[in-house]
Amino acid sequence: MNVLQFTDNGIYCPAGDFYIDPWKPVKRAVITHAHADHARWGNEYYLCENASVPLLRLRLGNDISVQGVAYGETIFFNGVKVSLHPAGHMIGSAQIRVEQNGEVWVASGDYKPEHDGLSAPFEPLRCHTFITESTFGLPIYRWAPQQQLFDNITQWIYENQQAGKASVLLAYSLGKAQRLLYHLKDKADHFLVHGAIAIPHDVLLQEGWPLPPVERITPETPKSAFKNAVIIAPPSAEDNAWMRRFHPYALGICSGWMQVRGNMRRRNADAGFALSDHADWPGLLEAVTATGAEQVYVTHGFSSVFARYLSEKGINAREVTTSYGDEEMITNPEN
Amino acid sequence: MQQFAQLVKLLSNSTKTNEKLEALSRYFATAPAKDKSWVLALFSGRRPKRTVNSTQLKNWCMQATAISGWLFDECYHTVGDLAETIALLLPPGTTPLAAPLHYWLEQLQQLEKADESTKQSFILNAWNALDSGERFVFNKLITGGFRIGLSQKMMVNALAKTYDIEPATLSHMISGNWDPRNVTIEALLHQHTTGADASRPYPFYLAYALEGAPDALGAEKDWQAEWKWDGIRGQIIKRERQLFVWSRGDELITEKFPEFTPLLAMLPDGTVLDGEILTFANGLPLPFQTLQTRIGRKNVTRKQLQEAPVIFLSYDLLEWEGADIREKPLAERRALLIQLVQQTGMSVLQLSPEIDFDNWEQLTLLRGQSRDKGSEGLMLKKKSAPYQVGRKRGDWWKWKIDPLTIDAVMIYAQKGHGRRSNLYTDYTFAVKDGEQLVPFTKAYSGLTDKEITEVDNWIKRHSLEKFGPVRTVQPELVFEIAFEGIASSNRHKSGVALRFPRINRWRKDKPAAEINTLEDLKELLRINGNNPGA
Repeated sequence: MNVLQFTDNGIYCPAGDFYIDPWKPVKRAVITHAHADHARWGNEYYLCENASVPLLRLRLGNDISVQGVAYGETIFFNGVKVSLHPAGHMIGSAQIRVEQNGEVWVASGDYKPEHDGLSAPFEPLRCHTFITESTFGLPIYRWAPQQQLFDNITQWIYENQQAGKASVLLAYSLGKAQRLLYHLKDKADHFLVHGAIAIPHDVLLQEGWPLPPVERITPETPKSAFKNAVIIAPPSAEDNAWMRRFHPYALGICSGWMQVRGNMRRRNADAGFALSDHADWPGLLEAVTATGAEQVYVTHGFSSVFARYLSEKGINAREVTTSYGDEEMITNPEN
Repeated sequence: MQQFAQLVKLLSNSTKTNEKLEALSRYFATAPAKDKSWVLALFSGRRPKRTVNSTQLKNWCMQATAISGWLFDECYHTVGDLAETIALLLPPGTTPLAAPLHYWLEQLQQLEKADESTKQSFILNAWNALDSGERFVFNKLITGGFRIGLSQKMMVNALAKTYDIEPATLSHMISGNWDPRNVTIEALLHQHTTGADASRPYPFYLAYALEGAPDALGAEKDWQAEWKWDGIRGQIIKRERQLFVWSRGDELITEKFPEFTPLLAMLPDGTVLDGEILTFANGLPLPFQTLQTRIGRKNVTRKQLQEAPVIFLSYDLLEWEGADIREKPLAERRALLIQLVQQTGMSVLQLSPEIDFDNWEQLTLLRGQSRDKGSEGLMLKKKSAPYQVGRKRGDWWKWKIDPLTIDAVMIYAQKGHGRRSNLYTDYTFAVKDGEQLVPFTKAYSGLTDKEITEVDNWIKRHSLEKFGPVRTVQPELVFEIAFEGIASSNRHKSGVALRFPRINRWRKDKPAAEINTLEDLKELLRINGNNPGA
């Protein structure tokens, strides 16, 4: 029997009787990170990395039964050894390492090898079988170093201010928004944010994360506050009456999808920054190679392409269908 | 090159005309003289001769990146643009070279007689010298089809602003044959300008759509009816022994249609005709698709002239013997027009015929025959009316026929291009034939952006198989397909070919079991078929 199996409920460990990021309610769920497509409602028990606990409570309610563990800490389910290791995707994100009778499987969840300054840096793990995401599994996706991207964003904000415009940056409310705030904290006097970003922000500040203070936009916020301001909003705020109050403003979208011109033109953005919390093509290859895995399962993204490419490189790779979407594409009802 | 790449980036991202105009004016005020000539040439249809082709670019990119054919194709289908795909795949360059646009274009021109390996090493060196944004425009200069949201009209307006010259005058100045390698913008714009006024067209009078029955228009005898054709609305001007052809988009298109050149000798000076440029053969208009092969091309090939010959179907006379006669009633203008067309006696200049009818009921019946004639419906014009400016209610009405429709299920999907890249937007539809599904048409447009996103999401989750870029999907989503004509075809599995198919609406209310059948489609063919325009 395989250490991990792909079932209708999610990725399952029969010997340990637990699921990783299940998409249907189960008894025991081990969660890679707090995004809605990975941490879902209705499980009886959740296990996640310590930093994920408050985020899970925020998303799923204070009454969930959740246990936090530190990166690298080992726990046992029916003798199956489980540990969580940094995935570099967002605060508290983890790869799940599962070891049974000396055989090691690792489920990556979402990950990126580049250190974003906030999330614990991605840790390559040796394993026999690696389950990898492939959100950006095409060689056209090669990210510029983040320093360059943030320089571009800073320059863009500066140019908007010269032109008397506010800068509205669209970024996913959990993860990307904090990454922006962390890297831009010295580049603006203050930040105005949408409620969907203010809420997790407050939680993270309480937890002591080194983030700048933000001001939540409410119906009472005076129009004068928006002049030349830096505003961060979730992608769902686009095309929404909520944005009108910022005029005059320029719209910038922060997402890996902005790598391709057509995507940016379609969104009618003034600027697109290909800033992603997922691995790019070289990052995926580097991660897979570092595991030394004999067997690779490829989940959500360009899974068939990436699996075929790995097969041609002599790695036993297969595509698997999961219910993980891409949080950058999904419009979350909470936002 | 950097400056040009920045310009292209701004033009293609911006949705605001003012912003684009400003960027262009700034470019024309600051760019090197030779670069400006090239930009002017590129965006007025004077594309340089192609010295390297798309296949070569693709192969050299694959070699340089060690990417196999199937993986390259996957990338291409996601990006939807060859030039951009290559720019994204290449590793960062190692020997940057800050050369201006004209340097690269002139180097490319010199490759004309070079052998394959010389061309290859030039291209590889160029890629290595350019950054990602520059590479994209460099590749675009080679592959052509520079669709970046910049029309010739906008460029003319920007130049007009920069150089303080009337746009119409400027259009005239930049027309004709000139080579960006040895002509500067300044030289073009300082030429003697008397000819420019001669070329100036009148603003077009545009019709409103007639909703409902024509009875409301009053007495039949006051109205003139003509067939409505789908061509290019244009004006032909003969003044000061020169001939000018303008499109409704204020583009001077004289050189695109050499068929009209003989009119120079036959039309009297001081004549302005309004009408439709149509591809036409054996006394009937050809489908609009054939006309499309003539648009966007500066140099027309002999083959195109044979396959897509055009005529000017005139329907109004705006200037006669040097006098503006737009204030005269239509009936008078038409009498002069008939006389002029007869005198000219050339098959390239024809008269839009008046339809004989006694009452509205009769005209309504005649309108029903539009499809058989390859026409879009009728035009109704008030005989006593002057020729007005712009879109005005009251005197001119277009009375188009309703499209044919059929409910069909989506069975294949493919990703789109440009704004629609990496989204499944190109669909194939099928009707039922017993238990079988028979594909009968593709359609690309008709959904809102929001619907496209929804359908794209559904396709990604309900695809069955992949054949190259095409995915087969579960036959569940039902759409109403509208089209203008239907003809029998032995090139299509269904046995029919449609004219202008598009999605009319998404039938979320209808299960796939209730879609139309092949028999329904054949019935439509029996009733509406044999349309010469299809």
